[in-house]
Amino acid sequence: MTDAHTLEIRDLCIDVGDFSVVDGVEFSIGRGEIVALVGESGSGKSLTALSIMGLLSGAVHQSGGTATLEGKQLDLQNDAAMRKLRGTALSMIFQEPIASLNPLLSVGAQVAESLIVHGRASSAEAWDRAVEMLQDVGIPAPDRRARQLPSELSGGMCQRVMIASALIAAPRLLIADEPTTALDVTIQAQILHLMRRLRAETDTSILIITHDMGVVASIADRVCVMYGGRIVEQAEVHQLFAEPRHPYTKLLLATIPRLDGARKQELFSISGMVPDASAWPEGCRFRTRCPLATERCATRPQLAPVGGAGRVAACWHSDKVGGLT
Amino acid sequence: MSEALLSVRGLKVHFPVATGKLFGETPLVRAVDGVDLTLNKGETLGIVGESGCGKSTTGNAILGLAPVTAGEILFEGRDVATLTGRERQALWRDLQVVFQDPVSALNPKRTIAQSIAEPLAIHDATRARRQARVDELMALVGLRSGLRDRYPNELSGGQRQRVVIARALALEPRIVICDEAVSALDVSIQSQVLNLLLRLQRDLGLSYLFISHDLSVVRHIADRIVVMYLGTVVEEAPTDTLFSRALHPYTEALLSAVPIPDPAIERSKTKSPLQGDVPNPMDMPRGCPFVSRCPLREAGCEDVRPVPVIVASGHRLACHVREREITGRSALDTARTPEDPLT
Repeated sequence: MTDAHTLEIRDLCIDVGDFSVVDGVEFSIGRGEIVALVGESGSGKSLTALSIMGLLSGAVHQSGGTATLEGKQLDLQNDAAMRKLRGTALSMIFQEPIASLNPLLSVGAQVAESLIVHGRASSAEAWDRAVEMLQDVGIPAPDRRARQLPSELSGGMCQRVMIASALIAAPRLLIADEPTTALDVTIQAQILHLMRRLRAETDTSILIITHDMGVVASIADRVCVMYGGRIVEQAEVHQLFAEPRHPYTKLLLATIPRLDGARKQELFSISGMVPDASAWPEGCRFRTRCPLATERCATRPQLAPVGGAGRVAACWHSDKVGGLT
Repeated sequence: MSEALLSVRGLKVHFPVATGKLFGETPLVRAVDGVDLTLNKGETLGIVGESGCGKSTTGNAILGLAPVTAGEILFEGRDVATLTGRERQALWRDLQVVFQDPVSALNPKRTIAQSIAEPLAIHDATRARRQARVDELMALVGLRSGLRDRYPNELSGGQRQRVVIARALALEPRIVICDEAVSALDVSIQSQVLNLLLRLQRDLGLSYLFISHDLSVVRHIADRIVVMYLGTVVEEAPTDTLFSRALHPYTEALLSAVPIPDPAIERSKTKSPLQGDVPNPMDMPRGCPFVSRCPLREAGCEDVRPVPVIVASGHRLACHVREREITGRSALDTARTPEDPLT
């Protein structure tokens, strides 16, 4: 292989009507790597994921950029071409497992579906593979469970079913959009454990979208932090948490109450709120809330190396971030 | 010293389940099945647990929003079930609630000022007095007065939750029940609202019943914590004790499942995720509700329901095995004695 990357995104731009909601997003995911896209609501992380699957529709459209999967460029706007890849080369799971499953179809049939639709197996073979897959994701008595409806399974089990159906055709990339947000914390721990195990066994690359820094710390190899439709910082996970180089990352980490932090103390908070996509400031989009902002920030800072392998941050003052809070 | 403002004794809330069958027994969901708790003046009592543990139903029962099957709710020592209509209305002044979703808690067709003034209008304040009070309340929760005539859809999530909090404080309550009050907010906004709640408590001497699934948040704000599982209290302790010396195996599992936002610490944790799911509440085990997932399970745990016992100052625990480790005996031993006199 000449290209070591499973997925490579270049200059991705997404508009809603006249407003830019994702602006020049670039990142790559290596084989068997888990990359987290983290940010608050409105940061553009979920739209980025949907566009990679070719699932943007209506007023939301891709206005620029390319995506390459194992060296081959994806035709993101071509629904017929993308449909061939969805479920085979690319798979996605969502936040609400119960809402994502067909309530009238047995879970076994839903796991088997992508093999049948893509002509990879006969119905009988696909069913057998589905039962194996359910066993793989840790569902007890998979034979019996495969014949049940989603309503007969718990939320955690349904998310296992989603993962089974996403992975049955051995995709190169699994996109997981807030896969544990709707689940209880003990079930979240099980699902994260399962994702780590499947990555180790199958070498599948995973893009996980989350707002939860705890989940990022638990599962990601590399992290892209998004704010206002742009990636503001990208780093290896330990480096990011140990020494954030973008003020937003630093402040975001400081606002979270932690199980090992001080109690009843005033928590750090970021002043103001995320502006609407229609009201983003010129230049750096964080500058209206940033304690380090200067006049220079009215000019857009590009992602630039900040030391450390592959570390980049988009901030004119990244060398001063350590002194914040 | 500490004065019980609100006590709940043996609270049960059972819901019948519609089966569509005309005859036969109606199955019951035992959403809350014998809960005791006490909220003292000026303190925050956290209730944590996973979905379906009955934490919200407990809050709703206290608010009169869920039918009480058995047990009593005492406000300043008086059973709320025996209050007359007028006394009950006075109770609503003292007891307010903030729910998770500020969007559905606010009428989209009313301005911010109208929403905040509504409880004042119900409890007969004059118009001029209402206007002044709305200004006061908006300042109290950190809302610019320029937002008075805006509608909820013009506000951010954090601002909307401030409006809901201002409205809850309009009648100067003594207790505010916060049911997942910061769960729907982004983390940068969540910290602003938590800071606000802490400041209001200091300034106004409020007591909070803080219901949440987020242990990091509850740890930050609560003085004492009650851990619920399947409608029962499995452990209760002062916050620091609970996080340093949790005794119930469920509490231990819950604490270890919370990911710490620091990869160095998170990845050095020994990971043994709790297996299985919460059992169906219609089909509860006779004994300990946690028995199907418990790593410490012994013979007898599934037949004998553990009763919470005080194992240290302010520390209540409902687990046969751990109780025996601490006190040297448990209900399991007495239950077994007739068949097995040797133990």
